[in-house]
Amino acid sequence: MTATDPQMRLLIIEDDRESADYLVKAFREVGYVAELASDGDEGLALAGSGDYDVLVVDRMLPKRDGLSLIGALREKGNRTPVLILSALGQVDDRIKGLRAGGDDYLPKPYSFAELLARVEVLSRRRGGPAEETSYRVGDLELDRLSHRVARGKDELTLQPREFRLLEYLMKHAGQVVTRTMLLENVWDYHFDPQTNVIDVHISRLRSKIDKGFERPLLHTIRGAGYMIRDGIR
Amino acid sequence: MTAFGKLIRTTAFRLTLVYLFLFALFAASLLGYFAWNTRRLITEQITATVNVETSEISDIFNRRGLRGLVFTLENRALRPGANLYLVTAPNGQALAGNVGSLMPGVMATNGWSETAYRRLDEQDTADHRALVRVTEQPGGFRLLIGRDLEERRRLFGIVAKAAQWSVLIVVVLGLGGGIFVARRVLRRIDAMTGTTQRIMAGDLSGRLPVGRSGDELDRLAGNLNAMLERIEALMMGLKEVSDNIAHDLKTPLTRLRNRAEEALASSGSEPEYRAALERTIEESDGLIRTFNALLMIARAESGQARGNMDDFDAADVANGIHELYEPLAEDDGMTLRVKTASVRLHGNRELISQALANLVENAIKYGKPLAMAQPLSAGAVGSADGKEILIEARRVGDSVLLSVTDRGPGIPTADRKHAVERFVRLEASRSQPGSGLGLSLAAAVATLHGGQLRLGDAHPGLIATLAIPALQGASDRLAAQTQDVPQKVA
Repeated sequence: MTATDPQMRLLIIEDDRESADYLVKAFREVGYVAELASDGDEGLALAGSGDYDVLVVDRMLPKRDGLSLIGALREKGNRTPVLILSALGQVDDRIKGLRAGGDDYLPKPYSFAELLARVEVLSRRRGGPAEETSYRVGDLELDRLSHRVARGKDELTLQPREFRLLEYLMKHAGQVVTRTMLLENVWDYHFDPQTNVIDVHISRLRSKIDKGFERPLLHTIRGAGYMIRDGIR
Repeated sequence: MTAFGKLIRTTAFRLTLVYLFLFALFAASLLGYFAWNTRRLITEQITATVNVETSEISDIFNRRGLRGLVFTLENRALRPGANLYLVTAPNGQALAGNVGSLMPGVMATNGWSETAYRRLDEQDTADHRALVRVTEQPGGFRLLIGRDLEERRRLFGIVAKAAQWSVLIVVVLGLGGGIFVARRVLRRIDAMTGTTQRIMAGDLSGRLPVGRSGDELDRLAGNLNAMLERIEALMMGLKEVSDNIAHDLKTPLTRLRNRAEEALASSGSEPEYRAALERTIEESDGLIRTFNALLMIARAESGQARGNMDDFDAADVANGIHELYEPLAEDDGMTLRVKTASVRLHGNRELISQALANLVENAIKYGKPLAMAQPLSAGAVGSADGKEILIEARRVGDSVLLSVTDRGPGIPTADRKHAVERFVRLEASRSQPGSGLGLSLAAAVATLHGGQLRLGDAHPGLIATLAIPALQGASDRLAAQTQDVPQKVA
């Protein structure tokens, strides 16, 4: 789990000292340049002046709350991806956060692995190529237009949902994708299943794309989620 | 604040003061109007009388000369309550009449004037006032005819007295009434305030006194009492829930603590510590999930999720959940099937999906046929091998039914009501992981949508049904469509 691009710049806007310090430390350990603002006004000033790849914004901040901060940024034409952290984890709060201009929403308490995975996806989104028509990882190929998937010379037959699952994984190839992210982005559910329902879908997909091939592409990242990548890179 | 100070601060008393002022103003203007009109009337009368007499006497003077005039005047002046008469010669000398003295200059000007005068025959020295008309007669003689204004003055006095008395009466009665009403209201408000203070001090069982008159204060007290009852019920519910939460979260927290302590005490290797930490994180994730479920239930129960509702097809929800859980069921050696009819629904799609997901998870976890019962039920169930779970979406009457049927042991009738309560885990399920909140959430979601969660017997197995009122508009459209068809046929 390392930030692959060198010097990815991150601004964390969080008023709780302890969680802020923890985040800054944890992000620096995985290779990010992480800076900290401890209230809404300071955050807005920093976000407006600095060139950041991702903003991590707590929703409840002193002086200026997170949503109004994002609104002010967007009004100025600042398009830096924003991930909202909030103790309010309900669906309508999430929708409110995304409507205000946030790009992702993570309810507290969260695991750092989940936060990191989402931040990486957001930072990659910026400046990265727009929607491509096909993805390729190793000898696995997915064509989004013809809905064809092939590994090497073998054509693979996937169910529609398996196709979408693979599509999402390949779109974020080389990045950790958590179970929650899959549930949100592939199935569009925002609740928390009490069972390992996503793992079962993954293992089905794995049996189709990796079974019988020498080098596995779909990897389980312990304590975090899944990642598709060519073993060597 | 003194009792009197409190009294005069009451709304009733202040209103009384306003009304008092208005009534006094009204009485004063009424009397003023009356006085002014009466005065005008009297003046008009006097003027008319004087005018008539002036022309009569001028006539007499013209016909019968000075002698006739003097004779007539002397004659008339002697009548009781006579008018005022005076005739002067061109040199100003009084010739006849009953006027002793006048204000200077009155005789010199023609026309109307008001003057002080004294009669010839009167002994008192007080001046009276009169309205007089002076006319010039042929030959330079001047004739004055007038009438005393005493009558008008007396009438004015009466009106003034009446005004004084009426204002006095209005003030006394008004103040008295105001104080009476204010004290009555104040007594009842004081009683209410006393009760509310007791309630604020923590005694939620207190109720406001409600009179029998059914007036606005009684209605207010009645409504406040109803509100208090609701608050008391909610507080009781809250207390129950928090007791449950405290009780049921303590178990996993204790487990968490014990593990950490154990790991700390043992002189383990790094992999062992790592494993202990991983278990700790797992345990705390479970706690977070429980909290989230509790919050979700609370939110659904309080109706906060109502803001996020739209129209959708229940069949889509059923198919979506089927698609999500089908592999999981298969891995568990069960078959998850779905049977749907398109039914429109208004609600929170996310919550309904989650409720249905909970029912499916329950069915997968607990819906396996008992090993002993299997040979018996295998025949009864027919084609299925007894490991089938069925998700259904259909419409019955005005309700949309989203149901999950399993072929497991089911829930005994006596336990069904109990099973929906928070944290309740029936005997059969204790060995399985779970928070005991799945059915509670499903029930809360159903309630939020104005429906209910029904648990029934599927002979064998459990049928759990979310019954939610169907979209009214859709049923109307449907009704309209079904009406259309026969018309076209006819």
